[in-house]
Amino acid sequence: MRHSSTDTASGGTSAIEAVNVTKTFGSGDEAVHALKDVSVTIRENEFFTLLGPSGCGKTTLLRLIAGFDHQTEGTILLHGEDISLLPPFKRPVNTVFQNYALFPHMTVAQNIGFGLEMLRKPKAEIENTVGGMLRLVKMEELKTRRTDQISGGQQQRVALARALAPRPRVLLLDEPLSALDYKLRKDMQIELKRLQLETGITFIFVTHDQEEALTMSDRLAVMNAGRIRQIGTPREIYDHPAERFVADFIGDTNFLTADLLSADGGAISVRLTSGREITLECDHPAAASRHLTLAVRPEQVRLTADGSASPLNGVLENIVYFGTDTHYHLRLQDGGSFTARLQNSRERQELFAEGDQLGIVFDPETVQVLRD
Amino acid sequence: MSIGGESLSHTTDVKPQGTPRISGYEAAARKAEVHRNILLTIPALLVLVLAASGPLLVMLLYSFLAPGDYGGVVWQPSVDGWFRVFLTRDIFDDTLMLQDAHVTIFWRSIKLSSMTTVLCILLGFPTAYFIATRSDQTRNLWLFLITIPFWTNLLIRTFAIMEIIRNEGIVNNLLIFVGVIDVPVQMLYTDFAIMVGMTYVYLPLMILPLYASMEKLDFGLVEAGYDLYATRFRVLRRVILPLVKPGLVAGSILVFIPSLGAYVTPRVLGGGKNMMLGNLIELQFGQGQNWPLGAALSIALLAIVMVALIVYVRTAQRSTQAHG
Ligand SMILES: Nc1ncnc2c1ncn2[C@@H]1O[C@H](COP(=O)(O)OP(=O)(O)OP(=O)(O)O)[C@@H](O)[C@H]1O
Ligand SMILES: [Mg+2]
Repeated sequence: MRHSSTDTASGGTSAIEAVNVTKTFGSGDEAVHALKDVSVTIRENEFFTLLGPSGCGKTTLLRLIAGFDHQTEGTILLHGEDISLLPPFKRPVNTVFQNYALFPHMTVAQNIGFGLEMLRKPKAEIENTVGGMLRLVKMEELKTRRTDQISGGQQQRVALARALAPRPRVLLLDEPLSALDYKLRKDMQIELKRLQLETGITFIFVTHDQEEALTMSDRLAVMNAGRIRQIGTPREIYDHPAERFVADFIGDTNFLTADLLSADGGAISVRLTSGREITLECDHPAAASRHLTLAVRPEQVRLTADGSASPLNGVLENIVYFGTDTHYHLRLQDGGSFTARLQNSRERQELFAEGDQLGIVFDPETVQVLRD
Repeated sequence: MSIGGESLSHTTDVKPQGTPRISGYEAAARKAEVHRNILLTIPALLVLVLAASGPLLVMLLYSFLAPGDYGGVVWQPSVDGWFRVFLTRDIFDDTLMLQDAHVTIFWRSIKLSSMTTVLCILLGFPTAYFIATRSDQTRNLWLFLITIPFWTNLLIRTFAIMEIIRNEGIVNNLLIFVGVIDVPVQMLYTDFAIMVGMTYVYLPLMILPLYASMEKLDFGLVEAGYDLYATRFRVLRRVILPLVKPGLVAGSILVFIPSLGAYVTPRVLGGGKNMMLGNLIELQFGQGQNWPLGAALSIALLAIVMVALIVYVRTAQRSTQAHG
């Protein structure tokens, strides 16, 4: 049943659809524009991630989908139906809250069973499901504890189980793994992914952690300042960031400025600050402007001792050893900095030394032309 | 700094015993705290002994003495005061009978106090919820408004209510003007008037503790309830009520107890006929000139309050535990 992320991205009906959604808190001078004209379609049984810096509107978008707040403008559809007027308790959507929001006057088991109880499920079924959930989040021993007497990570797991127990159509997860230690976090990531595939529930997952976003998502949206900057599969986002913000936010990137010389269909020819001319692929109309920003991932770069044929040259300033790879920080002729990340191997050990004049070589296909 | 240094030097010469040296420090710290706590409670203890326990003992003593002819007591043991709390002798054939008037007054006191408490909950809960969901600045304004009645003397406020509900008062005149009624409705000098008066007087004592626990309520939990398919009513019953229960219990106690012993309100709004326990007790120390009976009634009132409190707190605790 496991299909590749690109498959999911290209097919399936929509679970959640936000159309031109705007959310403004307050009014007048104090107005906060938390979401600005956000449109996104999240497909059924998709693991969709919202990624972005703090305050960019991730929680706000989830709250609109859950029904706790109402959008100032725009529509939100669930399976094609406008749910804007439905109260939260009538939406088949559950939330794992950023601050857990567990009921402190109930035990772990009572918290997990609460949703099913409210749906008036038979007692036996509730007990059964709660038992399964407790096992899933490894909380069986603590099921009779009150939720103010368990650790932060345990609370997070209970919050997850509580939201999953009623088997919602869409599960909203607001940074659900942030309080877990590394090992448990990795386990829960795998567990979440498995759950999502098995249950057919659409997951909308919010995280700060780009590695988590890249490894778990079918598709992800990168947000900034209330807007969605780019939507795509992890591969698309990482390899083809559309703009500077995305390239900068996801992974490490070297930015180069260049002048446009000529454009010919999908190929453009540019001059780098070093004076060298290169030809690049570029499939979007950004190439209309004369000055371009190019992005080059540090791991897509090779260094050569002889710089005469390479598009860029730089002086090696600093070498940082990272175990599996080494980061080489170079100073370009135009004063900019450039980082190359080379995998460590026996042969490459003592190739370069600080102070060396090196050539920087990269494949034109790995260079991204950014929209500004 | 010296304390830190000291403890360091001590911990370096730990003797190889089973229990670590730290526990000695813990014990010392605990002992110091106990001392501090005793010091802190001494003023309150003094007030309690002088102002509460002392008079209470005097009352207890008086209730077992014989009444003097013109008030006061004579130093002669007697259970007559206690006897007369609920019983009386027929003036003709000397048979024992239930003292109907007292039973009525006890019953009226308990009934009106309970109804006042319920009314205060019904009015105070939405008010406290409203205030707790305002922004920080407006909250303070609302709380300030709640406390304004405390600025005026209770007697004056009670007379003001009298002015509103008497036969020629605003309410009756308005109802007649609108055409709902033709003749004024007798509201003053009824149980209803007493209840209205007590609700008005004690409402802030319900709102303030309720507000205090609602202010601490995490409204994210209310959202979590909605998220998990609980309707508004069920969120109220299963999430909000259990969490604000301490405030509800405190508010109920603060309203019920003074209502039970209320004196001014029933005196003014109930007229002479609709007495409550406070008035009955006053009567014994005043006109009635039966101090032992007054003392016995006071202690009976105290007993009712204590029993009510214990039952109430027990039930509240039990229902909290039942819900988890
Ligand atoms: N109730 C509110 N009133 C006013 N402003 C709000 C409110 N809720 C959110 N905001 C503002 O809206 C913006 C987006 O907030 P949001 O909580 O969605 O951010 P976020 O992306 O979830 O951030 P984080 O990663 O820190 O959780 C922020 O600038 C925030 O201050
Ligand atoms: Mg957030």
